[in-house]
Amino acid sequence: MSVLVYIENWDGALKKSTFEAVSYAKEVANNAGSELIAVSLGNVSDDELNKLGTYGASKLIKLEGDDFANFNSDKFANSFAQIAQANGAKLIIINGTMNGKSMSPGLAVKLNASVISEVVEVPSSFAPLTVKKKAFSGKAFANIESKTDATILILSPNAFGLKENISTVAIEGGSADAGSSNLSHVKFEKSSGKISITEAEVVISGGRGLKGPENWTMVEELAELLGAGTACSKPVSDIGWRPHHEHVGQTGIAVAPNLYIAIGISGAIQHLAGVNSSKVMVAINIDPEAPFFKAADYGIIGDAFDVVPKLIEEIKKFKAN
Amino acid sequence: MKILVCISSVPDTTTKIKFTADGKSLDSNGVQFVINPNDEFGLTRALQLKEANGGSVTVLNVGGADTEPVIRKALAIGADSAIRINASPTDSLFVAKQISEYAKSESFDLILCGKESIDYNGNQVPGMLASLLSCSAVSPCTGLTIEGDTATAERLIDGGKEILESSLPLVVGGQKGIVNEDELRIPNMRGIMQARTKPLNVVEPSNNDASLSDSSYELPADKADCKLVDADNVAELVSLLHNEAKVI
Repeated sequence: MSVLVYIENWDGALKKSTFEAVSYAKEVANNAGSELIAVSLGNVSDDELNKLGTYGASKLIKLEGDDFANFNSDKFANSFAQIAQANGAKLIIINGTMNGKSMSPGLAVKLNASVISEVVEVPSSFAPLTVKKKAFSGKAFANIESKTDATILILSPNAFGLKENISTVAIEGGSADAGSSNLSHVKFEKSSGKISITEAEVVISGGRGLKGPENWTMVEELAELLGAGTACSKPVSDIGWRPHHEHVGQTGIAVAPNLYIAIGISGAIQHLAGVNSSKVMVAINIDPEAPFFKAADYGIIGDAFDVVPKLIEEIKKFKAN
Repeated sequence: MKILVCISSVPDTTTKIKFTADGKSLDSNGVQFVINPNDEFGLTRALQLKEANGGSVTVLNVGGADTEPVIRKALAIGADSAIRINASPTDSLFVAKQISEYAKSESFDLILCGKESIDYNGNQVPGMLASLLSCSAVSPCTGLTIEGDTATAERLIDGGKEILESSLPLVVGGQKGIVNEDELRIPNMRGIMQARTKPLNVVEPSNNDASLSDSSYELPADKADCKLVDADNVAELVSLLHNEAKVI
C-alpha cells in the first residue's frame, strides 16, 4: 500500500498549500508505515520539484506535456486515477484548493474511493480510517470513518502547517492517458486584489462600518503594508461595494489565514463560521457589544476612521525598524 | 431545456450548532431547515433559464420525509416537479450515485447543484455526478449562460476565475454569483398553493452502500477572552501581534 499526494503548481511554481499537503502526507505515511509517492501533474522544472524534499517527499512521479499544461478537472482526475491504481494507493492526499477540490470527485468515482473534505488532523486510526474534519461550515468538527478500500483526504488550508523533513527527491517520468473532456478553457480573469484571500497569510476584511466603497483605500493600504489579501462581509458584497469573490463567511469563501483583521464587521454567526479557523483574529469596531469581540483574540473599541489610519502609521514604524 | 436541480435540506445559516449529549448527532431541536443556500442560487438560475428558453425544472433531494417542507418551498418558487430519493444522505459518493441512477434514464440537458452543502462542506457531489454520467462539471460556478447546445460557465479559481465552455449535458455547482442575492425568490401565496398539487414523487434508493460514517461531533474549544487595546494606543496592538501572537 502507498500514500499518494497531489502536487499542484501555478504556472510552473509550487505554493505553500502544496508544501503543506506534502508535510501532512509525510506524517500520515509515517504513521501508516507506508511509502509516500508525490504525483505532479503539469509542466514544472525539476529544480522546483526538488523543493518538495524539504517537506519529506522522496519519490515523485511527474506527468508532463500538453494535456497537463492547464488544469482540466476531467483529464487530471483520469490521469491521477491511473497512477493511483498502478501504485496500489489506499490513501490520497489533496490540498484543499479550488483545483484540488475540483479534481477529487472524478478521481473518487474512478477509484470508488470515499472523500473526506476539510480534514484538519492526521487520521486517529487507519483501520478503519478515521479522521477529524470541519463540519457545519466551520461551526463544529466531525470524526469520520471511511468504509471504502481507498480514501481521498482533502486538507483544509492552513490546518496542518508546514513541517520540514529533509529528504532527496527521486523524480521519475510517468505516463497516463488523460482521455477527453467536454470542457474547453476560454480564459483566465485574475482578480483585482494582488493576493488571493484563500492563500494569504494575512487577510484584512471590511464591513458595513466602513460606510462606503470609497473608504476601502485605507483597507487596501493596510493590506499592501502587511502583504495581505482584502475581504469583506456579506452585506458589503450584497450592496455591491466589493466583488463577490471577496465575501468571506458561511455562504461565501472560508478563509484560514494566520491573521484576520475585521474592520467594522459586527461578527454575525454566519461570518464567524467562515473565518474562525484563522489563527489570530483582531476586531476593530465602534460598538463594544459587537459579537466579534467574543470571538477575537485582540480588539480595539473605536471608530475605524480613527483607528485604521493610526494602525497604518504604527505598522509603517514597525516595518521601518 | 430539461433541467434537474439537486437540493439538500440544511440548518439555516443563523443556526447555533449543538449536538446531542452523546456527541453522536446534531441536536435539531429548534433548528430551522432551509434549502442549502448554494443550491438555492443554482435553483434560481435554473428557473431563469427555463423562463428564457422553455423546458422544465425538476428538483431532487436525497433525504427522508422530514425534508419535504424544503422540497415544497422549491416547488413554490417555481420548480415544476420534485423527486425525493428516500435515503439518508450519508456521504457525497453515496448521494452522487443515487442521483446518477435516477438521472441516467432521464437525459437532462443541465444539472444544477450547489458547490457544497453548508452542513458537511464536501464540495464533491457535482463533480462525482458528472463523472458518473460521463460528462463534465463546473464548480464553484459564479456565472452560467446557455446558447443552443453550448454552456459558458465561470469557475472560481484561487486568485480569480476561469471561463470555460462545454457542450451539454453539463453539471454545475452553483454559489452566489450564478445569480445575485437580490434575484433569489420568495414564495408567494399563489406559488405556495400551486406547490401543494405539483408532483412530488418518492423513489426508493438504488442498491449502493454508504462510503463514510460519522462517528462523533465536537464543538470548537472556547476562545480565551479578547484582549482589548485602547484606541489611543494602537502601537500596543502592533507589539502584541509581533511579540505575543507572532503573526507579523
